[in-house]
Amino acid sequence: MKRFAALFNAIDQSTKTTVKVAALTDYFLTAPEEDRIWTIAIFSGRRPKRAVNSTRLREWAAEVAGIPLWLFEEAYPIVGDLAETIALVLPLPDTDTDHGLSHWINALRNLANVEEPARKDFVLEAWRSLDTTQRFLFNKLLTGGFRVGVSQKLMTRALARATGKNEAEMAHRLMGDWDPARITWAQLTVDDDPAANASRPYPFYLAYAFDDAPESLGNPEDWQAEWKWDGIRGQLILRDGAHYVWSRGEELMTDRFPELARALDFIPNGTVLDGELLAWGDGAPQSFNALQKRIGRKTVPKKLLSEAPVILYAYDLLEWGGVDYRQEPLEVRRATLEEVCGNLPTDAPVKLSPTVPFDAWEHLADQRATARAAQAEGLMLKRRDSPYLTGRKKGDWWKWKLDPLTIDAVMIYAQSGHGRRANLFTDFTFAVWNGNDLVPFTKAYSGLTDEEFRKITAWVKKNTQQRFGPVRQVTPEHVFEIAFEGIQASSRHKSGVALRFPRMSRWRHDKPIQEANSLDDLNEMLNTYG
Amino acid sequence: MAALTFTPSGIYCPAGDFYIDPWKPVDRALITHGHADHARWGMGHYLATDIAAPVMRHRLGDVSIDTVRYGETRRIGGATVSFHPAGHVPGSAQIRVEVGGEVWVASGDYKVVGDGLSTPFEPVKCHHFITESTFGLPVFRWQSQDVIAAQINDWWRGCAANDKTAFLGCYALGKAQRLMSMLDPDIGPILTHTAIENTNAVMRAQGIPLAATIQAGGDLVHKDHPGAIVLAPPSALGSAWARKFGPQETAFASGWMAVRGIRRRRAGDRGFVISDHADWSGLLSAIRETGAENIYVTHGYTDIFTRYLNEQGWNAQVLQTEFGGEDAEEDAA
Ligand SMILES: [Zn+2]
Ligand SMILES: [Zn+2]
Repeated sequence: MKRFAALFNAIDQSTKTTVKVAALTDYFLTAPEEDRIWTIAIFSGRRPKRAVNSTRLREWAAEVAGIPLWLFEEAYPIVGDLAETIALVLPLPDTDTDHGLSHWINALRNLANVEEPARKDFVLEAWRSLDTTQRFLFNKLLTGGFRVGVSQKLMTRALARATGKNEAEMAHRLMGDWDPARITWAQLTVDDDPAANASRPYPFYLAYAFDDAPESLGNPEDWQAEWKWDGIRGQLILRDGAHYVWSRGEELMTDRFPELARALDFIPNGTVLDGELLAWGDGAPQSFNALQKRIGRKTVPKKLLSEAPVILYAYDLLEWGGVDYRQEPLEVRRATLEEVCGNLPTDAPVKLSPTVPFDAWEHLADQRATARAAQAEGLMLKRRDSPYLTGRKKGDWWKWKLDPLTIDAVMIYAQSGHGRRANLFTDFTFAVWNGNDLVPFTKAYSGLTDEEFRKITAWVKKNTQQRFGPVRQVTPEHVFEIAFEGIQASSRHKSGVALRFPRMSRWRHDKPIQEANSLDDLNEMLNTYG
Repeated sequence: MAALTFTPSGIYCPAGDFYIDPWKPVDRALITHGHADHARWGMGHYLATDIAAPVMRHRLGDVSIDTVRYGETRRIGGATVSFHPAGHVPGSAQIRVEVGGEVWVASGDYKVVGDGLSTPFEPVKCHHFITESTFGLPVFRWQSQDVIAAQINDWWRGCAANDKTAFLGCYALGKAQRLMSMLDPDIGPILTHTAIENTNAVMRAQGIPLAATIQAGGDLVHKDHPGAIVLAPPSALGSAWARKFGPQETAFASGWMAVRGIRRRRAGDRGFVISDHADWSGLLSAIRETGAENIYVTHGYTDIFTRYLNEQGWNAQVLQTEFGGEDAEEDAA
């Protein structure tokens, strides 16, 4: 674990990508192979199953630290991270161990099979022998949710350097559902294994947000426009008579969308499609609210399947006839895609996402303004001669989103943040007027600068009227512009509405609270956009 | 009547008609130490230790400061007053006030471990103890100064080997001078931001021995000082002034660096965990050693710390003050 801790420190203590990549490359060249594999797995979100529930961990940590549990619970939100809170409250280690990362992971995997007293002994013994950083990492493995300041991109770059492969190939190899407990270093980085290849997705190409004048993109004829759908980005793989559905976050979602199995009836093997998973009804995409019912469900009851059927709205073709098609220019991929998906029967679970024709930029800007009516969030702009790239790259693909909806609201509650923002107030509740009352309608966490958060934190401390645990009721004094992407009716909220992606877009120093919006204004938005 | 009471202007002694570290202008103020949240402008008369006074004069300008030595007893009205080392920064004091046999100690800010620069903390027996709680959570536990010194020197050595200037953010009064004493002069020269060098000059003039430094003013030729470390207030890190030094790494030295989230928000590249305030166990041992039954908790995690003390059998209460507050992080943590 010492070597892994040293790697973690090197990455965590630097903001420079060159330093991070160098540390990772060195690690991939020198660490034991099993440790390398687990490191890749962890940094790409594949962690071992949670072996101990967090309630027990808190209790044990408080017990070992000799503090009451409530004190531990008070410290936790201030530190902002459970694994770190535990690492910090425990007494310093009294022994030392040289076990590597994979030793600890294997031990944790076995832990699921033993009785609780033995589990506790194991965890306490580990705490006694690991220093603060190693303990933090051990706790992260125990509790899950490993986020370090290294992107998949940087890790892939370091891995490419350590193995002499190119980055794109390495990125593709790391995709899919390989099992870190079984795969060997050679299988992961060098060998060609057809069985493993069958389910392996291609890395997604991600667009940057566009906020310039479209004229800056040059000749409109060089560009293809599509609606930007408000669903779940997905990749549908049809190979060897089986199908696989992957999310952008590399999550295998095949079982969640059983209706896509029928794609094999219409589309040949050796095809990979990129598109948007959407709820479909009345011959058109439905709002995100309809899809929401399906999110987070591992299996789907029949009733829901008929209420909110899902399709893949396909907009790109990544593999055709078993051949990687990504280097073909978009116009060639699109032409083939139209052949494959253009004439499918209406009950097929795959449909062709149409392009939005335009001949002048101002014409396209007018169409963009109608996106909400089309259940879209805006437009995608794609260069016709561009290949399908890996990851987020500037230049060929742009998302040109609609401006968000906004409403001016009064801050009434504040709560401190987590992690990076542990000692700032960052979580706020906002209200609008209903007659002479302020009715809370949304929370928002982001959108202000650190400087503004610092200012509002100082203000909250001086203007707290009442405390409810970590939540403080503050004097209604500040108006914020809240931006959001959508609005829907909700019986769970006092105000009767729920917002999508609300954030603070502006601190309206210029507005007294009397000029904030009202519940009537919100309801009007609900009627128009809900 | 109690020897000390709590008023909107600050901690007040009716028997002696004076305040301790008041935050509103009053006639007579006893000051624990020179940090901005304790030594404020606008008092009629100040009383502080002889070691603290020069920096206070430097910060507050031409004000009337009477001085007292550690342990020396003064009679003010009906109160007997003495100042005792708080170990926080040079000259910092706990103020002991005795009225009719009842003893109070207002400790200002303190730490219980020696730093090689400030007069070490001395416990003072009392009935009523006013304590800070800046780091009053069990997640704060300081390592020894040697361990941190080795970490900082290793980092500096690494910067120097890569032809980078090491920028270490720290507060001008106390922390900077303590860090200077921890740095290994064999690695390279120690440069200082003007705000820090001004404080250094005051301390050297009063006879406090400090490591050799070079002021990094506007006319400094950076190339003449390869392998340097620069001590600067946090606000100067990344400024136009700092950028003139070319390739650099930045770090920040503060107790807050113990928490990863805060470190990632506050520090450039590195954070070193070193504080002039007591950690969790330091606070508890200090409180225990006073023998006091009544504890008043000021700036920091007051609610949590007070609840814990009550649970452990003390009679503790939160004291609303204007110490620390927003600047708890900014000043000398
Ligand atoms: Zn202080
Ligand atoms: Zn203070």
